[in-house]
Formats: sequence, structure tokens, C-alpha cells
Amino acid sequence: MHRFAKPSVFLKFTAPILPWLSVLTAILIAVGLYFSLIASPVDYQQSHTVRIMYIHVPAAWMGLFCYVGMAICGAMSLIWKHPLADICARATAPIGAMFTVVCLVTGSLWGEPMWGTWWVWDARLTSMLILLFLYLGYMALVNAFDDPERGSKAGSALALVGAVNVPIVKFSVDWWNTLHQPASIVRMDGPTVDPSMQLPLALMILGFTCYYFVVLILRVRLELNERRIRALHLSGMFDERSNPATAKEQSYDAGHNAEAKQ
Amino acid sequence: MSLSRAKIRKRQRMYAIAAILLAVGGAAALLLTAFEDSVVFFFSPTEIAEKSPIDPDQRLRVGGLVVEGSVTKLDDGQTIAFVVTDMAETVPVSYRGILPDLFREGQGVVAEGHMSSEGTFVASEVLAKHDENYMPPEVAESLKKSGYWEEIEAKNAEQMRN
Repeated sequence: MHRFAKPSVFLKFTAPILPWLSVLTAILIAVGLYFSLIASPVDYQQSHTVRIMYIHVPAAWMGLFCYVGMAICGAMSLIWKHPLADICARATAPIGAMFTVVCLVTGSLWGEPMWGTWWVWDARLTSMLILLFLYLGYMALVNAFDDPERGSKAGSALALVGAVNVPIVKFSVDWWNTLHQPASIVRMDGPTVDPSMQLPLALMILGFTCYYFVVLILRVRLELNERRIRALHLSGMFDERSNPATAKEQSYDAGHNAEAKQ
Repeated sequence: MSLSRAKIRKRQRMYAIAAILLAVGGAAALLLTAFEDSVVFFFSPTEIAEKSPIDPDQRLRVGGLVVEGSVTKLDDGQTIAFVVTDMAETVPVSYRGILPDLFREGQGVVAEGHMSSEGTFVASEVLAKHDENYMPPEVAESLKKSGYWEEIEAKNAEQMRN
């Protein structure tokens, strides 16, 4: 597996995937939105308000999914010192944070008409807010050091310790009395969402997941290119006196390895 | 053992991370169990019965299902009275104010307020707590006809109790 964790391999593999994945994401979300907003039945007691679910649930799922991904990348960067794992973790944080914000905002907009309140401090809502703070803390921490290596060490440690919050978010509705209702999809006795509402939900969850990978690939490519430019600057490639022909030999991996050795 | 020094260090780091995760997880579990009374959002009528008599100055929340046929408007025309149950114990609630749209008999509610000395819960805020079932109206109708509905309601009451 380790030989795939090279920037050049990442760039080579993701280049052909990216356009297909982008198109797939657009189709999934477009069809998903059509089914969510138009071609699905209303709920027997919530009426049209139930359509908030088709954004809220996928966003909540992605908020947790991205955090688990970030924590795993953090562990890999701590144990094996893979720069690519660190780049992936850094690239995932703002995406996951945005999904968490979408989850909290749509949840608030849903809570007001149904529960009668924008916000309560119950276990589910509070643990989800802590998840957002963990993302924000991670982003602040990794950029708080002059030496990026130290920043990612501290950030990875925070991401790993914060991973304890993930099962708390998931099981908060089972362990304690909450205003939020128990799980509707991932539960022991099967989903409690009517099959006619499961299709738009599944499409949106898939669409959001593909969207995450598209943005992740774009962000990692951006970071790799930035690092390469920085490495080329340091090597003097942009000096007027240097010979451009020899500088071209500089591969992505050379810069990558130089940084890893620091 | 023919492990290189780098491999041994990687292994040590892996064990250290696993140990730290276990320790943090254990600490979180202990903390959350110790503060369970503040982590729960509301008490069920059974827990209220266990705790009574409750100091009238103490603010707390009680949650349960609204008993069918228990909702009445008092003589002043503004106060609403209803009974909340978890199918084991009941708590009478009185409330002056606007009820959420989802408030109806047989549905879950969470009321915030205090216990009066007469044993009535005087609510200052009432929130609706809906269950985790989502379905079109036709499906709900057929479930009611087939008698499966009672099973769902019994399950909801049980959830209020734990």
C-alpha cells in the first residue's frame, strides 16, 4: 500500500478519475434533488418539511465520514510519516467542517417548525457542535506552527483524540434522553424510513460522498502543485542563470522526499 | 527478531496511539456516566416519581407521550392541561403559551418548568418530540388499519422510559 502513497502515483491515478467522478457527482445530486424536492411523498405528520431530511441526513453523515477519514490520515501521518496522509487530512478538514455546518443549519431550520425550537442543548446537538469545534481546532492548530511538520503532528494528535466524539454523536440518541429522535437508517432492525423516501436519501448520500472525493482530489492536487512550485523555487529553477533543461528533471517525488526528510 | 530500528519505532508509535485512544475513550466513558443526570435532556415520568418530592424551585424537563383524551383547556381559556406518560407512570402538566404544530395526543413532548407543590408540572416551554418513523400518509393509514400502529406507539413509550 505504501508505494501508492506517493504524490506522483496519486496524481497519475486521480487524473483520469476526476472528470468521471465530477460528472457522476453532478448527476447523482441533480437526480437526488429532483426526487427529494418533487418526486417523493410527503410525511404523514411533517408534510413537506420532511424534505429537509434529504440535505440534513447526508450532511450529518458526511460530517462524521470526513472526521473518521481525517483521524485515520492523522494516525497514518503520525505512524508512517506519510506526507500524503498529512495532506489528505489537511484537505479534508474544511470540507468536513462545511458539511457539519450544513447539518447544524438545516437541523436548526427543521427543528423550529417541528420541535418548536431552533436549538436545545441535548446530547446529539451538543456533540455535533463539538464535532464542528474539533474541525475548527484542527484547522487552527495545523497552521499555528512555523514548521509545518510540528503543525501536522499536533493536529493529528487532536484529530485522533477527537475521534472519541464520533461514536458519541452516533449513539447519543440511544444512550441518553434527547429531543432528537433515535436513528432512522443505520439501526439494528432496519431503516424506519419508508422505501419511497429511501431512494432520494440514498441518491443524496451517494452524491455528497462523491462530491467529497472530487473536492478532496482537487485540494490535494492543489497542495502537491504548490509544494512542487516551492521546491522548484528553492532549487533555483526560476533563477535566470540556471538551465531550464536540467530543472525539468525535478519530479514531484524529489520535492516530496526532500520535505519528508526534514 | 530481524525488525529494523525504523520498523520497531513505527510499531511503538502504533501501540502508543492505540493506548492513548483507549485511555481517552475510557476517560470520556467515565465522565459521561458520572454526569449522566446533566447529559440527559429530560426525565421520564418514572424518573420523576423516583425523585419526588422535587424542590419547587428546581427547573427541570419532563418528557413522554401525551395521554389520549387528556388535553383540556382550563376555565381561564389560556392554560392547557394534559397528562404525560411513559406507560408506567404519569405526570400532569399545565402550560400557558403557544404549543408547537406537532403537539397532539399520543405524540411525544418535552416540557420545561418546575414541579408545583400540588404535584402538577408547571411548564414554561413545551417542545414536540417526534419519533424516527417517516412515511407517506397512505402508509400511515394502512398501518393504523392493520393494527401495527399500536406496536409503534408502545415502542415510542418504551424509548421515553430508558
